[in-house]
Amino acid sequence: MSTTKNWPLWEVFVRSKNGLEHRHFGSLHAADAEMALENARDVYTRRNEGVSIWVVESKHITASNPEHNGEMFEPAQDKVYRHPTFYELPDEVKYM
Amino acid sequence: MGEEQIKNLEAQFEARIARDEKIEPKDWMPEKYRQTHIRQISQHAHSEVVGMLPEGNWITRAPSLRRKVALLAKIQDEAGHGLYLYSACETLGVSRDELYEQLHSGKAKYSSIFNYPTITWADMGAIGWLVDGAAIINQVPLCNTSYGPYARAMVRVCKEESFHQRQGYEIMLKLANGTPEQKAMAQDALNRWWWPSLMMLGPTDAESVHTEQSMKWKLKRKSNDELRQQFIDQTVPQADILGLTIPDPDLKWNEEKGSYDFGEIDWDEFWQVVKGHGPCNKERMKARVGAWERGEWVRDAAMAYAEKQQKRKEKQVV
Repeated sequence: MSTTKNWPLWEVFVRSKNGLEHRHFGSLHAADAEMALENARDVYTRRNEGVSIWVVESKHITASNPEHNGEMFEPAQDKVYRHPTFYELPDEVKYM
Repeated sequence: MGEEQIKNLEAQFEARIARDEKIEPKDWMPEKYRQTHIRQISQHAHSEVVGMLPEGNWITRAPSLRRKVALLAKIQDEAGHGLYLYSACETLGVSRDELYEQLHSGKAKYSSIFNYPTITWADMGAIGWLVDGAAIINQVPLCNTSYGPYARAMVRVCKEESFHQRQGYEIMLKLANGTPEQKAMAQDALNRWWWPSLMMLGPTDAESVHTEQSMKWKLKRKSNDELRQQFIDQTVPQADILGLTIPDPDLKWNEEKGSYDFGEIDWDEFWQVVKGHGPCNKERMKARVGAWERGEWVRDAAMAYAEKQQKRKEKQVV
């Protein structure tokens, strides 16, 4: 077995065409950022799936914990007044 | 966590899956769900990786440049599929190194079909047509499986797999319409790959130990026997178009059932190959482990270079 460190894990984001955002495509292992980009090209864009690639080492991503989804996301559920349909207007009002 | 609490969480978990909700890596999941998924996804990844070996045999011997670029692209796809699947598997908390170790030590299984030899060019045709065909039948339902990263990987795999099957069938078509020797070569490949392809869809339902739980978790949507029947029903007419004969004297259209009856599968052979006694089990593992070991200095050198560059950058900042 190898005595040196294993290649770290990278997350790959691909913009499929200009005008669209980069979207998470998957992950891969690479020794450094440059190699991660090259590998991402070969692994995730063999059929013209992208025009731009971002890679970020997975350890730099901070994720929310699903166990805290209640306190994270539930407060938004009872705030119906943030949606346009909450406001009652007569049908005669146009363009609103 | 108390036993009561775990039971409660498990019930909630099963209900989520029943509602067709997806499970994502950081969600709570029963330990058995995690282990079953690690086993299945890694077996799947290993199969993609080992699956490159029988075909690699023919890259330098492909009969034309057209066939060679197609075969190379197919094999590259298989490496890609292995990588998507290993990544999906790693989200369950197992490392790439552990997964490789399981493959190399023989602890993990891969699809038995890759333990058969590829002795003629027609085998490239038969593999694409039959082996990839059976794989598609296995894989399409997995695009809707409950574990998000696995389902997403499978969507990508299935999109790419269709080219594999078509390129294989085209090879068969060309040979079947070629000289008598070429047609005989195609027939011989069909004779050798037909039964192993049927076995690829897994043991009969009566023998399959994981089916019930896997159905519940949507790791499986149809039973092995149903998938096998589907494969036979769609493949027989394709063989007819080639003008080749499926090597099963009991194969017969059953009007009442609306599907084909077929002969007895040699399950002894299947279990022998699974247990490591197939024609190429040892050769495949030797090639795989050898490639991994010979690549070690490259992996180490890349890491050492990356660290050196990083240190240089840090120095410049100071």
